Amino acid sequence: MNPELRELWVYLSTSPLLGLTLTLLAYQLAYAVYVKLGSHPLANPVAIAVALIVAILTFTGTPYAVYFEGAQFVHFLLGPATVALAVPLYAQWPRLKKLFGASMLALVTGSVVSVVSVWLIAEAFGASDQVLRSLAPKSVTSPIGMGISEKIGGLPSLTAVLIMLTGIVGAVIGPALLKTTGTQDDAIRGFAIGMSAHGIGTARAFQISETAGAFSALAMGLNGVITSIVVPVLVHGLA
Amino acid sequence: MLASLTLLLVFQLIGETVVQWLRLPVPGPVLGMLLLFAALVLRGEVPTALRDTANGLLQHLSLLFVPAGAGVMTHLGLLATAWLPITVAILLSTAVTLLVTAFVMRAAARQR
Repeated sequence: MNPELRELWVYLSTSPLLGLTLTLLAYQLAYAVYVKLGSHPLANPVAIAVALIVAILTFTGTPYAVYFEGAQFVHFLLGPATVALAVPLYAQWPRLKKLFGASMLALVTGSVVSVVSVWLIAEAFGASDQVLRSLAPKSVTSPIGMGISEKIGGLPSLTAVLIMLTGIVGAVIGPALLKTTGTQDDAIRGFAIGMSAHGIGTARAFQISETAGAFSALAMGLNGVITSIVVPVLVHGLA
Repeated sequence: MLASLTLLLVFQLIGETVVQWLRLPVPGPVLGMLLLFAALVLRGEVPTALRDTANGLLQHLSLLFVPAGAGVMTHLGLLATAWLPITVAILLSTAVTLLVTAFVMRAAARQR
């Protein structure tokens, strides 16, 4: 970079404008790529946007903290967005009442299995305590998972990355894996995908059917609640 | 739009306050979501303005993960050293969670 350009960058990076604009531009570019590639689950827009931003920040020598001064305005919206999940959750209220017992049982079992299995496997392969704590809420939607991670002594930003990877894995292998079990009911298929792969899985479940998508969203919301109660207790026992 | 966004923030604020006050193991916005869900069940319908605002926020939910996700740049060293446990654990655990959830729900739904 030439000196004048560097001076301009230093000036701009002191204001939140740059981080905010960079976030929105990178996401929209990433989303365009995702659509261009036929919404392939591997072309996850979050992953592409993050890669773009990390590349730009690294190239310009901008610390993450400086970028976050601007990006925090987008980040802040995770709170109200989590509260807003109550609305699609409420839309499933009549169905939930019918499948209540089965859902609750699958919910609690799935949540415990997710946390315990990821902990034990990662521990067996030599992961550190901090990595284990960051991995524990891996199947939960990010706003909730990051909150859990923070509470139990993980790294919320690492958890966000691990959650993203989990979502991509679940969206890619989920439908194929369910086919091998012969599960016909879209409510159950959607619920299983939402339990293991949260929002990214939910987007994939909507491609199976409306019912699968709705139950995936339902599982995602409920899993967030149950896991935030279950994780601190389980981690206390596992650690 | 303004009123429903305020409503979401008020529920988040109530959630955060109660969590801090009672030292609950749940993130504040999650409790806010539960309280809003309960309020909607009691009311019996979702106000149109709230539905529009919620849809607007959730439509670009992925965008909201980007700032925190970019935090990966501060953990590249950690990821490089722990890539094996992370990769194996995420692959296997996600598959196991998916299968167990489906089996349990199928068996329980059949009981009825």
